[in-house]
Amino acid sequence: MTSAAIVGLLPRTKHWGLHPLAKPLVFVLALLPLASLVWAVVFDQLGANPAQALVRATGDWSLRMLCVVLAVTPLRVLTGSPALARFRRMLGLFVYFYVLLHLLSYSGFDMGFEVADIAKDIAKRPFILVGFSAFVLLTGLALTSFNRAIKALGGKNWQRLHRVVYLVAGLAILHFYWMRAAKNDFADVLVYAAVLLLLLGWRALRFINK
Amino acid sequence: MLIKTQSQGYVHPVASDITPLTVYQSRRDLIRLMATGAAGAALATWAGREALAQSWVAPGQQAALARAKTSVAGALSMEKVTEYKHASTYNNFYEFGTDKADPARNAHTLKTSPWTVEIEGLVKKPGRYALEDLLKLSAQEERIYRLRCVEGWSMVIPWVGYSLSELIKRVEPLGSAKYVEFVTLADPKTMPGVGARVLDWPYVEGLRLDEAMHPLTLLAFGMYGEVLPKQSGAPLRLVVPWKYGFKSGKSLVKIRFTDRQPATAWNKAAASEYGFYSNVNPEVDHPRWSQATERRIGEDGLFAKKRKTLMFNGYEAQVGQLYAGMDLKKYF
Repeated sequence: MTSAAIVGLLPRTKHWGLHPLAKPLVFVLALLPLASLVWAVVFDQLGANPAQALVRATGDWSLRMLCVVLAVTPLRVLTGSPALARFRRMLGLFVYFYVLLHLLSYSGFDMGFEVADIAKDIAKRPFILVGFSAFVLLTGLALTSFNRAIKALGGKNWQRLHRVVYLVAGLAILHFYWMRAAKNDFADVLVYAAVLLLLLGWRALRFINK
Repeated sequence: MLIKTQSQGYVHPVASDITPLTVYQSRRDLIRLMATGAAGAALATWAGREALAQSWVAPGQQAALARAKTSVAGALSMEKVTEYKHASTYNNFYEFGTDKADPARNAHTLKTSPWTVEIEGLVKKPGRYALEDLLKLSAQEERIYRLRCVEGWSMVIPWVGYSLSELIKRVEPLGSAKYVEFVTLADPKTMPGVGARVLDWPYVEGLRLDEAMHPLTLLAFGMYGEVLPKQSGAPLRLVVPWKYGFKSGKSLVKIRFTDRQPATAWNKAAASEYGFYSNVNPEVDHPRWSQATERRIGEDGLFAKKRKTLMFNGYEAQVGQLYAGMDLKKYF
């Protein structure tokens, strides 16, 4: 949806989302988790095993950003605020940004950037394979998040392609579940699963009722 | 009578009976001073080794525990000792929660006094042994061991205790005893993690009798010159430095001598992942991850490559013969 189309759909009172500073503000907010991690590294606040803490924290933030971006459309519809659509692409790219940091942390801290070791690890550990698959799928979405790509694909195809994010949500939860399975500790997994289920369930219901 | 016979048990003097603490500490300061080069280059090398062996400072968190120098081969690693703040806050002690930070947060509820350890099974002298008696059973020594967790990280920890063999000799196992089972405390009132479905409680570990008799197998009461903090398995625990950390049970309440291999906690939870032996072995991977490398906590920087894991955690010269002829891939 282009900005012009959104403006056309707007009610008369101007939505905060259309303020010129709204996008930069959301951009800065989405960078705060990164800032907090950099702070924690610099001031040695990550405990005894900072490398592991970073791998986990970037994974957590990937999941959180995924929840945020999937909440955009339900919020837009439920609150009647078409302006929210302006943030969707940027937030989607932030999901990819944190996933990329997560992958880099794992590759660097856990695997010493040894490509052969990483390849072996992907083959050996199903939860790594699932996580890596989600990354590959998201790469496809990130690479088609430019105006020219959308034009080239055509709006309908582009939209269809980007529904892959629902599959990514499933893979992300499976990845997290598998990681926690060793300790049989699923409290956090259930929270994220519930949020994602709610966000995807809302879409499913809407589709059925159409 | 002043002369004591062997059967009465010779009570070893502990270091603190001989050397006052302040004198002992000032001697350490002197060595450190020498190590910095003030005493000349010739002595600095020797002093450097001495200072390195004592490169940690008593944390002052628990009561001090007197200990003597050990004469057990391989029992004094020269590697840099892990900082106490890390060793006492990054723990796996599922009875207090599965997060590494949980034990330090939750273990304060553990009541370590009074404490008894029940010795039972195939021994001539079974019975309940009070902690006070166990503390005095043999001279406590300082042992600086590498600790390798099955999860792929490691520490270097100065423990205080004595060889478990001292206790085993005292209780006289029968000829039929082949294994030793270690049962740890499972008190749902003081341990919030007991009841979690991750493991069967109580946590049980075991060793073959010859492994338990090995001089490196330590019955530890302290670390960093002080009584064990609760999150590290107070008031007494096992330390088996050539096996993955989970083999070293914490807060022991029962030691049982048996003729069959004990059913150990992690083995029961996932037999394909955690074998009875669980010797540190870089060539036998965990089904879900490699065991070839490890991260030394607090030492390997964020961007440092992980270090190579050593066979039997570097204790191959001391313990390798225990497993001569065994297929370690099969008996992992």
